[in-house]
Amino acid sequence: MSWDDDGNELVIDGPAPFPVTRRDFLKLTSTGVLVLMSVDALAGQETARPPTGRQGYPTDFNAYLHIGADNKVTCFVGKVELGQGAMTSLPQLLAEDLDVALASVEIVCGDTDLCPWDMGTFGSLSIRAFGPVLRAAAAEARGVLLALAAERLQVPVESLSVKDGVIRAAGSAAKTVTYGQLTEGKRIERTLASKPAVKPVKAFTIVGTSAPRRDAIEKVTGKAKYAGDIAPAGALHARILRPPAHGAVLAGADTSAAEKMPGVTVIRDGDLIAVLHQHWDEADKALALVKASFTRKDPPVDNATIFDHLVKNAPPEQRVAAGGDPATYAGPPLQVFEQTYYDSYMAHAPMETHSAVAAVENGKVTVWAGTQTPFPVKNQIMQALRLPAEKVRVITPHVGGGFGGKSASRQAVEAARLATLAGKPVRVVFTRAEEFFYDTFRPAAVLKIRSGLDASGRIVTWEYWVYAAGERGAAHFYDIPHHRTLAYGTWSGAGVPGYHPFAVGPWRAPGASTNAFARESHIDVMAAKAGIDPVEFRLKNLTDARMIRTLKAAAAKFGWTPKAAPSGRGVGVACGIDAGTYDTLMVEVAVDKTTGAVRVKRVVCAQDQGVVVNPAGSLQQVEGCITMGLGYTFSEEIRFKGGEVLDRNFDTYAIPRFSQVPQIDTVFIDAPDVPAQGCGEPAIVPLGAAVANAIYDAVGARVFQLPMTPARVKAAMKG
Amino acid sequence: MRVVSFTLNGKATRLTVDETRMLLWVLRDDLGLTGTKFGCGQALCGACTVLVNNEAVQSCATPVGEVDGKQVVTIEGLASGDRLHPIQEAFVKHLGFQCGYCTPGMILGAYALLHKTPKPTRAQIIAHMDSHLCRCGAHGRIVQAVETAAAAKGGAR
Ligand code: FES
Ligand code: FES
Repeated sequence: MSWDDDGNELVIDGPAPFPVTRRDFLKLTSTGVLVLMSVDALAGQETARPPTGRQGYPTDFNAYLHIGADNKVTCFVGKVELGQGAMTSLPQLLAEDLDVALASVEIVCGDTDLCPWDMGTFGSLSIRAFGPVLRAAAAEARGVLLALAAERLQVPVESLSVKDGVIRAAGSAAKTVTYGQLTEGKRIERTLASKPAVKPVKAFTIVGTSAPRRDAIEKVTGKAKYAGDIAPAGALHARILRPPAHGAVLAGADTSAAEKMPGVTVIRDGDLIAVLHQHWDEADKALALVKASFTRKDPPVDNATIFDHLVKNAPPEQRVAAGGDPATYAGPPLQVFEQTYYDSYMAHAPMETHSAVAAVENGKVTVWAGTQTPFPVKNQIMQALRLPAEKVRVITPHVGGGFGGKSASRQAVEAARLATLAGKPVRVVFTRAEEFFYDTFRPAAVLKIRSGLDASGRIVTWEYWVYAAGERGAAHFYDIPHHRTLAYGTWSGAGVPGYHPFAVGPWRAPGASTNAFARESHIDVMAAKAGIDPVEFRLKNLTDARMIRTLKAAAAKFGWTPKAAPSGRGVGVACGIDAGTYDTLMVEVAVDKTTGAVRVKRVVCAQDQGVVVNPAGSLQQVEGCITMGLGYTFSEEIRFKGGEVLDRNFDTYAIPRFSQVPQIDTVFIDAPDVPAQGCGEPAIVPLGAAVANAIYDAVGARVFQLPMTPARVKAAMKG
Repeated sequence: MRVVSFTLNGKATRLTVDETRMLLWVLRDDLGLTGTKFGCGQALCGACTVLVNNEAVQSCATPVGEVDGKQVVTIEGLASGDRLHPIQEAFVKHLGFQCGYCTPGMILGAYALLHKTPKPTRAQIIAHMDSHLCRCGAHGRIVQAVETAAAAKGGAR
């Protein structure tokens, strides 16, 4: 099931991890005997509604805010806090347009009983797409409160002003009323026929300041709760039997040894076998005692053969962008460049593995889940347990990183299902191996580009074929008269069974880093051949004002001096547009010519994200993007054989470490004319390409595949 | 099963427990101290770092029997009441976290470093912290936080 979100990002929920059509669940009684129970008996007479699919944001502003009699404001959002700072920046938007003190605002995130519906927290949409909704709600509430105050104080509404939730009538110091006095803590029943405008940028006093993070104290003291930390009374940990490879089917299992372990409960329902114990580690030991055999049905692909497979079995093309006619171009002769680039499967690897805790009380299932998509997850649970909406609540505590990987949240459905079967609260905390196995990887991809350059260094033709990476960030932004970009399959899979041997899905700016790697590498290939400095070459082929200003700002900060590559200096540049935000990255690298190891010494990022809501928070996001990006650039690559994921922990799957992190200098372009755009993803996009270009600049060798491991760099140097 | 006695966040603690169980799960599941995080279970990420006699120890790979007679400090034991430890203060000041999942381990890792080396060089900080993983990319700020804490306090409390 998937919900399209403005063509931007897709929630990948995949098939529900349990059969949803089966009527009979197994219920474990206190004596340990398994009995069959019909789902309808569990759910009473109610039948589950079909998934509500795509909903919209509520139009009633009360859904987003509540004002207590004490003038304290609560902000409700379906977004979740993944570390990206939503719980800090969203109240800034609300406080700004409601005209209340930021300190008076509390926020509740990602609780499906309390918060307005939301598709999920991804796509750098919280500020740029949800922000305007929240601001409009705040502005309307403010307008209604002013109208109520005018009646209460018997003055014209025009004479009123608001500061920190206190309304004053002009010329009369005595005539004041607070928001809280007007609402008395109740919902505001009035609405406005004509919706008031939100504040203009120049009137901002809260937006644009580095409001302190609200999660700081709880995160440094260990008090911050993540899903796996929630422990309802009597809760048991579940460890679930997993297949050795994707596509494998359970052939048989003997759970008798596990059952003999004290304190262990075994639940078995069809292919689902789980062992439950009060302690996670003892449940884990019990699971190791389960003897199971599987019938493997591995697809015949591995790391070496996957690229041919992706091209040969590609689904029909989709046109991403086109102009002129590159195929029949008949102008002055061009120098033609034809090249293929590759990307590998990569994991999200958040430090918190997928975790969830479920408890059933009076027929209502409450699930605390580490998820990016509480509302879609609720739908999945409703389906899996055949429960109506009011019988399922998903609460999202702090989430220990997501990066797209927690858009899919099978663990939440598993916990709900097992809690129902066990009749006790159940906690599911994935091992690192489960985390890798069930991850929705960033897809491996093949990217072919054919381009033509005229004698003056202008790009005249551009043909781009994108296999498996998808359309996001595929369209170039250069000034090219004849161009065509075709995508075969999306980053969420291709709709072709077996196209990928496992699940793929959104990985921070899905597809965009892959596309940028190919495009921006190729731009440099042409610049080098033409003997033109790569910054100059880009400026020659650009008219987009926003991109030009990030390029110039980056060059100024970096101290870029023009020279054609390879200059031996090890400097590189690359540009990208993602989530409405423009980036130029410049990097300096050192290449160890004997080992092929590359060290990034410094990175400069110039980012135009429009209005910056919280500069300190945005800076953290940019630095996080660049640091995380070192992984896809240098070391992250899922090794697999058929349906078996060979990477199971951080010993073989290498993510960035302290010793790799360069100096990072960020410049935000002052762009009050552009509404706030995305910030959590865009800066990661050009990093791989910038480094590839810097490696070429250093040693005159080009690497065409991500990640650029020492072996690949060495191979490139050998030619 | 045997009796294991140790000092936990300053309090004498006695447990009758299978001494081969890993400290991480005893802390989290038996004692309800969930500030210590599970990240990899194989001593590969540092999320579960606690202090044992002021040394950073990966609790996912430390049998609880090994802390018998020792001083164990978890993230819950670092602040005194509402007063943050200088390392915690420095993490707040520099925003040395995003999702915060690696943070307890980072802070206790830094504590152990400053206990032994109150004035570390930047290179020493990086070398010491290199076994701690952070997926959010807070590394640069964490290094700054450790430097600030070292300057403020001369290391451990
Ligand atoms: S959980 Fe112990 S080091 Fe990762
Ligand atoms: S802050 Fe998220 S893993 Fe470090």
